[in-house]
Amino acid sequence: MAEHTHDHNHESCRALLESLSLYIDGEAEEALCREIEQHMADCENCRIVINTLDKTVRLYREYGHSRLPGEARERLYAALDLSEYLPE
Amino acid sequence: MADRVLTEDDIDLDALRTGDKEAFARLVELYADRLYNLALKIVGDPFEAEDVLQEAFISAYKAIESFEGRSQLGTWLYRITYNAAMMRLRKKRPDTVSIDRPVRLDSGDLVPRQFFDWCCLPERDLMSAEAHAYMEEAIQQLPDTLRPVFVLRDIEGLSTAETAEVLDISESAVKSRLHRARLFLRERLSEYFQNWARERA
Repeated sequence: MAEHTHDHNHESCRALLESLSLYIDGEAEEALCREIEQHMADCENCRIVINTLDKTVRLYREYGHSRLPGEARERLYAALDLSEYLPE
Repeated sequence: MADRVLTEDDIDLDALRTGDKEAFARLVELYADRLYNLALKIVGDPFEAEDVLQEAFISAYKAIESFEGRSQLGTWLYRITYNAAMMRLRKKRPDTVSIDRPVRLDSGDLVPRQFFDWCCLPERDLMSAEAHAYMEEAIQQLPDTLRPVFVLRDIEGLSTAETAEVLDISESAVKSRLHRARLFLRERLSEYFQNWARERA
């Protein structure tokens, strides 16, 4: 595939690495986006890094939130003298 | 109150400032899960996180009179919780925790090493209870300087500016720490999902 045939320029991978969060957050400027996308077209490793970086953030956004357990909620309301307002 | 989701608009600041219990109960209902999540991710233990949460709400109750409304109420509460959680960490590990400590992940650690492509594996297969526990452990492996940034930005969904305000650091520090945290977690998750895929092959 692509990474075997093109001259994989690690300097350019490193140069782009710092900008990848901006890119996946949609905060990179147009010129930078173009540069990253051109690079991704030729560099499978960077494509994988970008896609899995994005996926990592998505998984944490969706599954990373820990809710206060029910018993702990009861203890919290009791400690704050709010037991009468404990949601059902 | 239980029929719908509360929003910041349901919080009556004037009533809160006069010590109104019902207004405070609404505040607790609105923020308990979010603040607990931050506390748990920082201290890493559910019972300690529960203590931190109680302390934070008690501090907030006492200080609400002096809340000037210059920052958002949520930002103010996250900040109180963050400070209480960091205090707890310092007590637990007195020599190792300092907010001023330089970030340990230097640029060498940022260079990606894992190139297994797991991004398009079906999510319902990826997200087992074990994977979920592994994700939590990976957060705990983040340095103390990066962990709160990642939790506030990527899990709690605060903006860069809000996160900077909660943690009292610059916006550029938020961006660079967030990026380091993400790269670190990507490496950990890639290792995990690569093993997971191998076992299934």
